[in-house]
Parts: sequence; C-alpha cells; structure tokens
Amino acid sequence: MNKAPYSIAVLGLLLFCSRSWGEFVVEVTRGQDDAIPIAIVPFMGAEGAAESFDVARVVTDDLARSGRFKAMDRKDMIEEPHNGASIAFDDWRRLGNDYILVGLMQPQGQDRYNISFELYNVLNRQRLLAYQISANRTGMRLASHQIADMVFDKILGIRGAFATRIAYISVIGSLPNKTYRLIVADADGENPHVVMQSNEPLMSPAWSPDGQSLAYVSFEDRLPSVYVQVLKTGERRRVSARAGVNQAPAWSPNGKKLALTLSTRDGNLDVYVLDLDTQALTRITDDPGIDTEPQWSKDGQNLYFTSDRAGGPQIYRVGIQPGDHPRRLTFQGNYNARPRLSPDESELAFVTQEDGAYRIALMGLKGRGEVQVLTKGRFDVSPSFAPNGAMIIYASRDRGRGVLALVSSDGRVQERLVASEGEVQEPAWSPF
Amino acid sequence: MGSSITKMLSIGCLCAAVALLAGCPKKATTVEQPTAGTQIAGSGAGGAGSASTTPLGGNAGTMGAGSQGAGAGGALARNVIYFDFDKSDIKPEYADIISAHARNLTTHPNLKLKLEGNTDERGTREYNIGLGERRAQAVRRALMLQGVGESQLTTVSFGAERPAAEGDDEAAWAKNRRVDMVYTP
Repeated sequence: MNKAPYSIAVLGLLLFCSRSWGEFVVEVTRGQDDAIPIAIVPFMGAEGAAESFDVARVVTDDLARSGRFKAMDRKDMIEEPHNGASIAFDDWRRLGNDYILVGLMQPQGQDRYNISFELYNVLNRQRLLAYQISANRTGMRLASHQIADMVFDKILGIRGAFATRIAYISVIGSLPNKTYRLIVADADGENPHVVMQSNEPLMSPAWSPDGQSLAYVSFEDRLPSVYVQVLKTGERRRVSARAGVNQAPAWSPNGKKLALTLSTRDGNLDVYVLDLDTQALTRITDDPGIDTEPQWSKDGQNLYFTSDRAGGPQIYRVGIQPGDHPRRLTFQGNYNARPRLSPDESELAFVTQEDGAYRIALMGLKGRGEVQVLTKGRFDVSPSFAPNGAMIIYASRDRGRGVLALVSSDGRVQERLVASEGEVQEPAWSPF
Repeated sequence: MGSSITKMLSIGCLCAAVALLAGCPKKATTVEQPTAGTQIAGSGAGGAGSASTTPLGGNAGTMGAGSQGAGAGGALARNVIYFDFDKSDIKPEYADIISAHARNLTTHPNLKLKLEGNTDERGTREYNIGLGERRAQAVRRALMLQGVGESQLTTVSFGAERPAAEGDDEAAWAKNRRVDMVYTP
C-alpha cells in the first residue's frame, strides 16, 4: 500500500488516464466518446479528520470508472462553490459541463460529520438532488459511494452500484510456494481484507443473495471441499466434502440451497442441488460429459451450466424439477463456458473462444440470441455482472500477470485493474 | 538447510516404513510425503482467516525407485504422464510408466496411489477441473486394466490451479497438462 502513490504517479505520466483502485491502478483502455461532462467540486471541509477525507475525489473516481461520465479536471476549476447559491452557472456551462455537484462537511460532535450536497443541471439551473448524510470517519468512504450512487441514478436512471463489494482470489509467491487468498474489497478496490488464506488453491467465490456470506472451494486438505463463510463473524462451515470433485458453488436466489458440481466414483461430473439446512442432495444432470459451472435463474426454477456432452463445452439450461431435459443455448464457436446471467435476465455473459483466445461474450436471451464478443484479450475469463448490470468485471492477463478488468455491458468502456503484486483472479461482484 | 535435512530424513524413514509394510525391503517402492495435517481457522471478526498446508511442489513425488537403485528402475521413477491440449488419452510413450506402476501396485497391494489431474491455464477454471479429473480417470482406468485394485487408487483434480511451470506459452502449458502419480501412506 505504501508503494501505491508512487506507482500511480509513474503511470499517470505514461497513461493518459489512470486512477487508483484500492491496491490496484486503473488504466482506461477504452473510454466512451459521449460520456456526460460533470464538475464535481471539492467539498468544503471541516477542521480535523473530515478535511483529510476527500469525498469529491471518491465520487469523481466512481463516476469516471463507470465510463458514463467525464469529470472535469480539478485544476481547471476557477472557483469552488459549496452550495447552490454560490454557483456561477454561466461559467460552468462555458467550461463544458452539463452537471455540477457541490457540497460541504460540517462537524457534528465527536467523530461525526454532516455531509450535505447538491446536484444541479448546469444548463437549466435546476436542482436535481439536495441531501445530507451523516457519517463518522470510517463511514466517509461508504457515504461517498452512496453520493455517487445517487448522482448516477438521478442522471442516468440506473441504480448505482458503487456502494457494493467485490470478492476475488489473489495468488502471491512463486512455485512451489504460492499463497492463495480470498479477498473482499469495496467495489472500488479499497478496504481489501483477507477472508481466507491457504497454501493450497482457493477457487470460485460466490456471494450469498443477502451479501452476508461467501461460498467457495478450498483445497486445504489437498482435496476440494465447498465452504460457506459468514463475512462478519468469520464463522465457517464445510458444506460438501464428498469423494471426488466438490466444485462451482452457486447460491439459489432464496439463499437456502447451493447448486454445485460433484462427481461419481468413475469421475463423471454432474450438477447437483444441495439443501443447506437439510443437507438433502438432488441430482440435476446425468450425462457422461462434464457438466459444471451452474448458475440459477432468478425464480430458482432453472440452472444454466456448461456441458461438453456434444463435444466441446457449450451452455445449457435445465429446470430443477425431475425429468427436465437440458436445452442447449450456445451454438456459435466450439468453446462457450461459465455462464453468468445479467440481473434483468435478458442476457448471458460467458467465456468464448475466438481465434485461439478466450474472451468475454454476451448473448441476448430474448430474440435471436446474437453473440457479441466484448473483450480483446487472450485469457479473459470469469465474468461477473455488477448488480445493476451496467458493468462486467472479469479476470484477464496483462504482461503475463493475472489482473482484473472491467467492461461495460455495451462493450464501449474497458478498464484494467493492475494489482501491486501477485496474480488476481475470479472476481465476483456482490449483490446490492 | 536444517529443515530440508529433516525432511529428507523423514522421507527416508517413510521409505523404509512402506518397504517394510510391503514386505519386501529390497524391492523399491515409491513413496511420497504424507499429507500434512491441516490447520484451519475461519477469520475472526474483521480479521484474516488462515489455513496452513504443506506445499506440494510441481516436482514433488520424485522420490522413488530410481534413487533406490532397484526394482523396475527408470519407468517406476517417472511419475508424471503428460497430455496433449484438450485431450485425456494416454499417449503410447507412457505405456512403460503405467505398466511399471501397475506392477508395483499389484505386487504391493498395500500401496496406495493418488492420481492428481492438472490442465494448462487456458479456458475456464471450473471446466478445467473437469478436464483434470478426466485425465486422472484415464490413468486410473489404465492401471485398473492392468490389475490394480480399485481401492488402491484415488483421484483428485486441481484443474489449472497448481501449475508445474509458470508462463503463458506452449513450453509451460505442456508441462502443466499432466497427471502426477503420488504414492500415499
């Protein structure tokens, strides 16, 4: 973490636009031409702790990272109003802004601050938002993300997802002494903390629908087991350690069941549903091929999964009621795997092979099922939707290292998040 | 240094113990370090959880007959089967190795062999677990066809999670598409 400011400064010279993403450096590889211009004026600070926390900086970074906004550079601001009455709208309009966000922080007793802010449409001087948020020092960051969420929602009509979290696997060290960590961080990469650490592989983190727990695979016994861990208490439960494979956990929408992949004695992988309360196990697929990577539909009645029953891996959907036959969904190309459903269930993100490279693709589930390949890397895998569906986070490769990357679901915005050390893989975006 | 000497000594003791168990001290047996006990700790409130396990190197498990200078010799000392991309069929060049281990296991029914399936990094992680399992099963079937008892064999798939070589080129990938045969106590 100490190295971060230095690396940001260096990269800032090399790359036109790079910002900090927690322990990561953000490189915008492709921006959106018609991003909305907005001025986010530094909030007037109170004495002490609040002054050292830059709310406007966090809001600026959030909105810029979405690719939908182009935030005015601070050094181009000729004045810094902190309420509506002191905004010289004509000046801000001439500087090319459509919107302006102003605010101030006032102390409110011991370690408590009142953050008030207003959002204006510069063109018609209409006030769009006027709110107050109360926060202590440690709550400042969350409050800032909530402000960004409100601005995003007000201007675009899309619920913001800046106040959410991300889980991912970090691998440090070199062979044969690798350390695997399951990490949860804020959606902007800040506040990373280690949920689980092992010298054996950790895989496939999956958020419970209430955002309180993670399911994941751990090889800590040199055999795979599926665990469920409550984030707040650290309480951990081994929910599946059957003979053979125990993989790919996915929570049912009501949080009571896990879909997962198990194997028979002769190594046939199939998808099962495990009731977390009763431990009752239901077999969903029964095919000699590899059936894995299940993902629930929102109504809890269907599973999307990968199967190579027809040769190479393709994506299928099956009802969880007995006797339902899987229906194949992907037909383009010879490798389509690891489906993830968009929050509105209109699209499926998955990994596709194209020219020998693995990339993130999106397929509409309504209509003719056209496939759009969103990314351009060679090793792009593990897509995960933001809970508002606007962005997809995925694992990629940069100069031989595992990194995280973001792409907007229309493919227009692309960013890379390069960690200061180690390999980063398998990001999973939390629910709201 | 100190710890590696201790490790070698303990492996030596294990070799002897397994050889005794197998009832023929002269004949070489291939043994591997026992699975270390696992300590698990969930994370405390807000703190980091931890689990510590004994690392198994990409070339672990090479202790074997060759270094003991007896028995089946070279083929038994080799304990890695390599595969072509996206394939799980055993290439003819590995027939000798499979046969040597099959003989070793049928001669010593107390021996247990763990087959660890691995893939290169390409593709999705969970699907690669399936491919690794398929490779481990291919070796398991080949050994059973030569008379090895089902109870002597276990499989595990690490997919792409435990590469033997780093790098994103064919040279590294070829080393990673493999089944490690590891004798367990």
